[in-house]
Amino acid sequence: MESNSEVSLEMLKQKLLTMASHAETAVNEALQALQARDTDLALRVKEKDRVIDHLEVEIDDLVIQLLTRAPLASNLRLVTIAMKISQDLERIGDEATKIAKRARDLAEEPPVKIVLDLPRMARLALDMLKDALDAFVNRDSTAARAVIPRDKEVDGLNKHIHNLLAQHMVEHTDTIARCLHLMVVSKSLERIADHATNVAEDVVYLCEAQDIRHTGMKSQPVLA
Amino acid sequence: MTAANHKLRNFKDALMQIVALLCAIIVVTPLVLIFYHLIKLGFSSINWAFFTQLPGPVGEPGGGMGNAIVGTFILLGQAAVIGVPVGVLGGVFLAEYGSPKSSGWIRFAADILNGVPSIVWGLVVYGLVVVPMHGFSALAGGVVLGLMMVPLVMRTTEEVLHLVPAGYREAALALGVSKWKTVLQIVVRTALKGIATGVLLAIARVAGETAPLLFTALGNNIWARSLTQPIAALPLQIFNYAMSPYDEWHRQAWAAALVLLLLVLFINIGVRFLTRDRWKAKI
Amino acid sequence: MTSAIINRETMEQTPITTALAVRNLSVFFGANEVLKKVSLDIVPRAVTAIIGPSGCGKSTFLRALNRMHELNPEARMTGEIRLFGDDIYARAVEPVIVRRRVGMVFQKSNPFPTMTISENVTVGLRLNGVRDKRLLAERTEQSLRMAALWDEVKDRLNTAAISLSGGQQQRLCIARALAVQPEVLLMDEPASALDQLATSKIEDLILDLKKKYTIVIVTHNMQQAARASDFTAFFYLGELVEFGTTTKIFTSPSQKRTEDYVTGRFG
Repeated sequence: MESNSEVSLEMLKQKLLTMASHAETAVNEALQALQARDTDLALRVKEKDRVIDHLEVEIDDLVIQLLTRAPLASNLRLVTIAMKISQDLERIGDEATKIAKRARDLAEEPPVKIVLDLPRMARLALDMLKDALDAFVNRDSTAARAVIPRDKEVDGLNKHIHNLLAQHMVEHTDTIARCLHLMVVSKSLERIADHATNVAEDVVYLCEAQDIRHTGMKSQPVLA
Repeated sequence: MTAANHKLRNFKDALMQIVALLCAIIVVTPLVLIFYHLIKLGFSSINWAFFTQLPGPVGEPGGGMGNAIVGTFILLGQAAVIGVPVGVLGGVFLAEYGSPKSSGWIRFAADILNGVPSIVWGLVVYGLVVVPMHGFSALAGGVVLGLMMVPLVMRTTEEVLHLVPAGYREAALALGVSKWKTVLQIVVRTALKGIATGVLLAIARVAGETAPLLFTALGNNIWARSLTQPIAALPLQIFNYAMSPYDEWHRQAWAAALVLLLLVLFINIGVRFLTRDRWKAKI
Repeated sequence: MTSAIINRETMEQTPITTALAVRNLSVFFGANEVLKKVSLDIVPRAVTAIIGPSGCGKSTFLRALNRMHELNPEARMTGEIRLFGDDIYARAVEPVIVRRRVGMVFQKSNPFPTMTISENVTVGLRLNGVRDKRLLAERTEQSLRMAALWDEVKDRLNTAAISLSGGQQQRLCIARALAVQPEVLLMDEPASALDQLATSKIEDLILDLKKKYTIVIVTHNMQQAARASDFTAFFYLGELVEFGTTTKIFTSPSQKRTEDYVTGRFG
């Protein structure tokens, strides 16, 4: 029979995963609204962000409750990173909302004639998030560490898209407003990848009790 | 629970209470009767002369039991000198030093000795002290009463020492105090009231012993002058006077019995007083 | 306090920075091996907590540090314990001497009932022959101050020790132990019989005392160990499973058994 505290910790994990699922859906739907120029979908994404925000509050409350029981060792680490992961997920939800807003703005004007691989960027960022969360569920520190270097690729893509858009704006000054919107979308996707990286770092801390934030050596574990 | 059950329970409760009350009355009654008789028959003979004068000539009125009273105290004093150190130290050994096996045997021996009839004690000391000394003496009387006290004091001391919580011993030893100092200055000191109680009760017990004194102290009609001579004692006087054909002596025997009983009573009251709770520990 | 072990052959001096160096300590009660080859170093002027489930040997370990386990006639030990370099189990060493250097406070406070507060504090000194009244008075005040009890009892030093509350009695016992000026203070679940407020006071006291004394405390309360200690040793079934800084043991223990115990999966 599971103890009372084990039940609560399970509940915490489940809530995080639920919140993550909502965040993933929000990003996907926002991208879809952008590509399909679907203003209704964009609006729905914005409204559903409220659910994500609520979940953040619920998780934080649950964390406080669990802390009064003075958890120790791995339970302590789990509870503290739960708070941080929920924060990152909430920010991802906010970025999705930003993308949805720009999607609405862009849908009101004719499309820009430029090929940008925004879907690929979204795919990369969302895969990073999924892998970080899988690592969380499976307590797989190696898998979490593997996520971190992928941020570079997303950063590179963002820069590339940024340059393409900048050049287009210079050549076609009537598209400046629309290009700026697209730049914001790209930036948001880059931020989403950053948040996924944070989640991966938190998972490493949970598994190894190593805080690898802000250090240069992110891919090699210190303990063999 | 039905009403019938309820009534039956109440009835049984009341019945038990009545039975208990009857038993208490049955137990107390002999004591009340004894006191009543002693007071009725002996009080009139208690006067200053009784406490200060020697027995008068045979059959004649007057005289007292001054020497017997003093004699009893002298005998009890000697008994204490023998019984207290040996008994208390013996109890300390049993409680603090003995191995389970040796303590077991000593305890067994003490319990048997506690059950030995007092007349047998008298005969034994007769052989051990009176015969070599070629005569009855106060010393022999003191020795027999003292020896009788030893197993009693030993066992009560041991019981009281066992009641001292182990925590005190541990605390003292943990301070680097040696074992014998711990035993004497901490354990025995804590149990002192209990030990004193045991000693006083043992004295009260032997104060009334008559049979052993018949073979050792014998009795005397004059003031005690030396320990190597026979000595008077209250139980002995009671025995002699009661068996005599003289009314006057019978009356004095009652008085002596009353005095003896009062002695025992005062010792018991003294014990109660000493063991009253002066300091109440906060829980 | 530093001293050194001198190697007789090379005359090399090794400074001692360990208060109690335990090496391969095994304790037997009759045929029962209660402690199995325990080795660890108690750090001086720090608090070391000993944790573990019931029956793991933590109390036995504590008592071996001042030879109190010898009160059990069937007790036997092998191994070595050095107190600042001195072998406390050497043939020539009397347990009494060890206990004056390593003091102990027990779970249930036990001030001597026939003595006053000041008599209790000085009992260790007086029973070891100290007569100087001025010294005794000085030591009384000093020890009661160190035990954070002076202000509460300074006006009634001659009243019965058992008239104090439970928490005060325990602090009195601490003062009593400190009065003989030990180098190490052992505490066997000192606050488990006390309420929350009294427990806090004892914990604050421990944090204060460690400036001067080396303290080893057995506790079954992990939050207490986390609050009050610098190092923690986890015992299980007579073995030392893990020893490390308190932070490490309670945030990221290396051994699975430690992790399981600390997160409440057993014990």
